[in-house]
Amino acid sequence: MTTTLTPPEPRVATPVSNSLTAGKLPNGAPWMILAASLLVSAGLFGVIALSGAEFNWVGTLVVAALIYVVVITVLSRIVEGSRRSTDRFVTSLVTGAFLLAMIPLVSLTITVVTFGLARFDPEFFTYSMRSVTGEGGGALHAIVGTLLMTGTAALISIPIGLMTSIYLVEYGRGRLARGITFLVDVMTGIPSIVAGLFAYALFAIFWGPGTRTGIAGAVALAVLMIPVVVRSSEEMLRLVPNELREAAYALGVPKWLTIVKVVLPTSIAGITTGIMLSIARVIGETAPLLIAAGFTNSMNYDMTEGRMQSLPVFVYTQYANQGTPASAYLDRAWAAALTLILIVMALNLIARLVARFFAPKFGR
Amino acid sequence: MSKRIEVRDLNVYYSKFLAVEGVTLEIEPRSVTAFIGPSGCGKSTFLRTLNRMHEVIPGARVEGEVLIDGNNLYDPDVDPVLVRRQVGMVFQRPNPFPTMSIKENVLAGVKLNNKRISKSDADDLVEKSLMGANLWNEVKDRLDRPGSGLSGGQQQRLCIARAIAVSPEVILMDEPCSALDPISTLAIEDLIEELKQEYTIVIVTHNMQQASRVSDKTAFFNIAGTGKPGKLIEYDDTTTIFSNPSQKATEDYVSGRFG
Repeated sequence: MTTTLTPPEPRVATPVSNSLTAGKLPNGAPWMILAASLLVSAGLFGVIALSGAEFNWVGTLVVAALIYVVVITVLSRIVEGSRRSTDRFVTSLVTGAFLLAMIPLVSLTITVVTFGLARFDPEFFTYSMRSVTGEGGGALHAIVGTLLMTGTAALISIPIGLMTSIYLVEYGRGRLARGITFLVDVMTGIPSIVAGLFAYALFAIFWGPGTRTGIAGAVALAVLMIPVVVRSSEEMLRLVPNELREAAYALGVPKWLTIVKVVLPTSIAGITTGIMLSIARVIGETAPLLIAAGFTNSMNYDMTEGRMQSLPVFVYTQYANQGTPASAYLDRAWAAALTLILIVMALNLIARLVARFFAPKFGR
Repeated sequence: MSKRIEVRDLNVYYSKFLAVEGVTLEIEPRSVTAFIGPSGCGKSTFLRTLNRMHEVIPGARVEGEVLIDGNNLYDPDVDPVLVRRQVGMVFQRPNPFPTMSIKENVLAGVKLNNKRISKSDADDLVEKSLMGANLWNEVKDRLDRPGSGLSGGQQQRLCIARAIAVSPEVILMDEPCSALDPISTLAIEDLIEELKQEYTIVIVTHNMQQASRVSDKTAFFNIAGTGKPGKLIEYDDTTTIFSNPSQKATEDYVSGRFG
C-alpha cells in the first residue's frame, strides 16, 4: 500500500476574521469609567458648592455610582452586545451592594477603636469600679463576670444542645422529634429579655424575689444559646454521609460507638464552629443579664452569691448613669465595647483554628 | 472459618412496600455466590438482609428466616451488632473513614469497638489484612497518611482490608467494582478468588462477565414490573446459569435479550 504525500499548501496569511471573536471593552475600561464618573460627579457638586453650600461627599459618591452604572451598561451594550452588558450591569450592582454592606461595618469598627483607645490602658484591665467616681477605674469585674457567665452558659448548653441534635439526627423519629424541632425553632425566636425574665423568675422561686446572681445570668444565656447550638450541630451531623455510618455498622460497631467515634469526629470541625458562633451570639447580650444578674461596681467571682457585672451591662450602666466628668464614663463605655468586640473576634479566630485543626484531612 | 447460609421464604419490606418476595436459597461455605439481575430487582436489598444492615433504613423489615450455620439471624433475641461482626460488608462506593489514617481504617473494627490491642498485635493485624487485600505493597510506606488520599481502587481494597480485619465468617460485597476501572476491578476479582479459600463470599454485580469469572454459583433476580416485588428466578451453578439456564427469563437476561 502506497501513500502519496501531497505537499501541504502554504498557509496564506489572509486576515480571515475569526467568527468566535466579539467586540470587547479594553481591560482598564471599568476603572477609567469609574474615575471619569467620579470626576464628573465631583465637578457637578463642586459647582453647587461654589454657590456657597458645603461640598456634598455622599451625594458625589452616589451620583458617581449611578453615572458609572449607566455609562458602563450603555457602552458595553454598544461595543460588546447585550449579554456582556447585562453581565457588567449586574456585576456593578452586586459590587455596590457589597460596598454598601461594608460601610456600617467599617464605620463601626473605626468608631469603636477611636473612642475605645482612650481608656484602653492597663488600669482598665486591672481595676474594678469599686468606690471609683469620676476618672480612673476599670472593667476587670465586668470582664471576669462576662467570662464566668458565658462560660457557665456554654457548660450548660453545649451538652444539652449537642445531645439534642444527636437525638434529632440519629434517633428521633415521628412526633417527638418533630415537636422538638418545632420548639427549638420557637426558642430561636425568643426575645432575649424573655429569657432574662425566665431565669429571674426561676431563681426567685427558690431564693425569693430580688435575687440576682451570676448563675441566673448564665441560665438566661443558656436558654438563648441552646437552640443555636442544636440548630448548627444538627446541620453538621446531617452532613455526615450515611455511608460512613453503614461502614461502621457493617464492622459490627454498635450505634452509640458509631456516633461517638465516627459521626462526631467527622463533623467536629463544623460543630465547634457552630458552638463558637453561638457563644459569640450570647456574649453581647445585655437585657437578660441586666434582669437576671443585675449590675455592680465590685469584683464578684462567686456565681451563686451576689450580683455580677458583665461587659455589655457595664457599657450600659456607664452610659446610662453618667457622673462628672461625663467623658470619663463615656470613655469607659467605649473601651468596654472595644474589649467585647476583641473577645468575640478572638473567639471567632479560635473557632477557625479549631475547625482547621479538626477537619478531615485529604492529603496524599 | 466460613459458614453456610440458608435463606427460607424471605420477604423484605420497606414499610408497606414488598421489595423482595419469597427467596429460598442455600449458600455453601468457602464459595463465591453472585447475584445478578436488572436494577431495582432487590439484589442489594436482599444482600443487606444477610447481615441485618437492611433494618438500618427506617421502616424496613423482614419476614422469614436467614440461618447461618443453623442460627436464625432474625430470632427476636439476636443482637444485630453480633451478626455484623460475623458477616462483613463491602459497599458499592469506597467509604474509608475520613478522620482516620490508613492504619486506623484497617483497625477500625477493633478500635471502634473499644477493644484493647497491643501495638505489635495491631501492626501484625494491619499487615495481615492489607496483605490479604493486596494493598500492603502500595501503602506500607504511608500507613499514617489519610485513607481518603488513596485512589478509588485502593480505597475499595482498603475497605476490604477493613472488613477482613475483624475476621468475619462471611463477606458481602455490594457491587464492589462498579465505581472502579478495569485494572482495579481485576485486582479485586483476584482478591475475591483468594479470599474464597477462607471466607464465604456473596457478591452483587451488574457485570455478567464478572459474575461468570468469579462466582461458583449464580442467583438471577428479576422483577415483573415497577412496583412489583423482586423475585429469585433461578439459582444454580454459574456455568449452568450462563450456558444452559432452565428459565427463559434467565436466558434472555444473560444473553442480553432482556426486556
